[in-house]
Amino acid sequence: MSATETVTLPGSLADKGGPAQALLIVKDLRKYFPVRGGIFGRRQAMVQAVDGVSFSVEKGETLGIVGESGCGKSTTARLLIGLTEKDAGEIIFDGQGLGGELSPRELRRGVQMVFQDSYASLNPRLTIEDSIAFGARVQGLDDPVGRAHRLMARVGLDPTRFAQRYPHELSGGQRQRINIARALAMSPRLVILDEAVSALDKSVEAQVLNLLVDLRGEFGLTYIFISHDLNVVRYISDRILVMYLGEVVEVGPVDAIWSAQAHPYTRSLFSAMPSMDPDNRTKTPPLSGDPPNPIDPPEGCRFHTRCRFADSVCKTRAPKLLEMPQTPGHLAACHLHDPASGHPKAGTEVMG
Amino acid sequence: MALVETSGLGGITTAHSGYWSGVARRLVRDPVTMICLTILVLLILSAIFAPWLGLADPHKGSMIARLKPIGTEGHLLGTDEQGRDMLARLIYGGRLTLFIGLMPVVLAFFIGSVLGIIAGYAGGLTNTIIMRTVDVFFAFPSVLLAIAISGALGAGIVNSLVSLTIVFIPPITRVAEAVTSGVRALDYIDAARASGAKALTVIRVHVIGNVLSPIFVYATSLTSVCMILAAGLSFLGIGVRPPEPEWGLMLNTLRSAIYVDPWLSALPGLMIFVTSLCLNLLSDGVRSAMNVRD
Repeated sequence: MSATETVTLPGSLADKGGPAQALLIVKDLRKYFPVRGGIFGRRQAMVQAVDGVSFSVEKGETLGIVGESGCGKSTTARLLIGLTEKDAGEIIFDGQGLGGELSPRELRRGVQMVFQDSYASLNPRLTIEDSIAFGARVQGLDDPVGRAHRLMARVGLDPTRFAQRYPHELSGGQRQRINIARALAMSPRLVILDEAVSALDKSVEAQVLNLLVDLRGEFGLTYIFISHDLNVVRYISDRILVMYLGEVVEVGPVDAIWSAQAHPYTRSLFSAMPSMDPDNRTKTPPLSGDPPNPIDPPEGCRFHTRCRFADSVCKTRAPKLLEMPQTPGHLAACHLHDPASGHPKAGTEVMG
Repeated sequence: MALVETSGLGGITTAHSGYWSGVARRLVRDPVTMICLTILVLLILSAIFAPWLGLADPHKGSMIARLKPIGTEGHLLGTDEQGRDMLARLIYGGRLTLFIGLMPVVLAFFIGSVLGIIAGYAGGLTNTIIMRTVDVFFAFPSVLLAIAISGALGAGIVNSLVSLTIVFIPPITRVAEAVTSGVRALDYIDAARASGAKALTVIRVHVIGNVLSPIFVYATSLTSVCMILAAGLSFLGIGVRPPEPEWGLMLNTLRSAIYVDPWLSALPGLMIFVTSLCLNLLSDGVRSAMNVRD
């Protein structure tokens, strides 16, 4: 079997809503984790991991999610795939609401995930073939082994050599290809890549990224790509969503955000990127301190404790996610862009 | 199944012989473990095939030939306080001693693993209920617990089995729960759950294989304790009843003869000592053979 042979993903869920229907719509998604303590394990506090997150992903596009550690990126991913129960909010997959027309089991056929730790995400006691075929067997798809072999060939691992091997015999890059093959074996339409290339060497990372781009075109996949590496996100994404402390602070087309970041937090994330030009080094840290504790997030705008432009209005009123007038589809949640907010510098170009 | 496959491409040798053959290979190379294993196998085989070894009747005593010393003609290891052949009684005694010494651990291994895996995988309330119940048993020292349960149930082999099994379920459950919670947190379990598999399927395919070996190794380390406890119960008269040959019981009945012939009275104790030592060393050997990270 040659690696160039075209593989289709048989058994995919049929397209229901047509091309105009967004593949995934998330509305006001919320997840608080209780912190228990005391003698009887009473609920002491709530970690507001994901608080009112809304976004949509069009068919065939790639949405990059960026943000600091602990901002709720991974929790959002786990909520979307049903590994964590959501507290509130709606997940609408291809026009069908989860819990209504769409059962969690069907959602799992449609959405799959690739995890960051390529070693921990493969069972050390199962052969590669069995790991890939497991999901297809569970879902009762036909010919799980043949499917596994075809996908192995497609991700560039010769099934005759690798099918009977164990994960510890493979390199990190090879294991991550296996993880991708395993996700694809379920014939998903949406693949969530949670820091899927972050743990790889730069050269291997590039190979895996190219593979992901090829697979996206070949199988008509839609990606949600979670990463902290802005360059990687730019390379693969059509749109970027920026999260801070469980909330969406900015979302928009990748080029629009790249040329003009609307939210001060996004701005500081971009200035934290190492410069390629040694004469143009960042001397001062763009953002100081750790994000505030999500158990007790700040009132008003959650970013105001670290924001250079914070004003009294930021401490009392939470900004709404509003569209930038000059770039449609580019939204940011900052009082600076809302002339009606009462922020003294609203509407002016303060960030330069 | 030591498959060492040389792939044609690039001449890379890949030994994907599987985990267990690697464990077996390391065990064979460990002389102490192999000696212990040999002794244990000999003990078990001799106990099983005792009736065909041409031994004297372990129940037939003689009032004239009581407490003959080791090396007496016709009685290689002497006779006990009722003139019964010691060699025959020690070998026949191995049957009961090994049975009630090993069987409770085997039973507790199955029950404790099931409880621990359920508690560790389910977490939350299920975990709390199972683990707090198990914790109650930790309030008592194991010897005391075995004596208390045996004493309450009355003497007899079945009651000894039951009480010793109950004694060993809590520690095995605790280890199983700890190992399972660790595995439960790994991404491959999440990936399996995300594929829509039911909890039982995930446990069967992805959990059991990864938790059973540490639990098993821990259980083997309990066998020597169990042997000693079982012998102790018989010694106290709440285990096996006379005239059945059993090492702990023999130790008890020969204790009055310790001033007459100390070597003879020490023989059942020596058997218990050797067996439990071998079990301990074997379990250590198995543990280190399994502990190699691939």
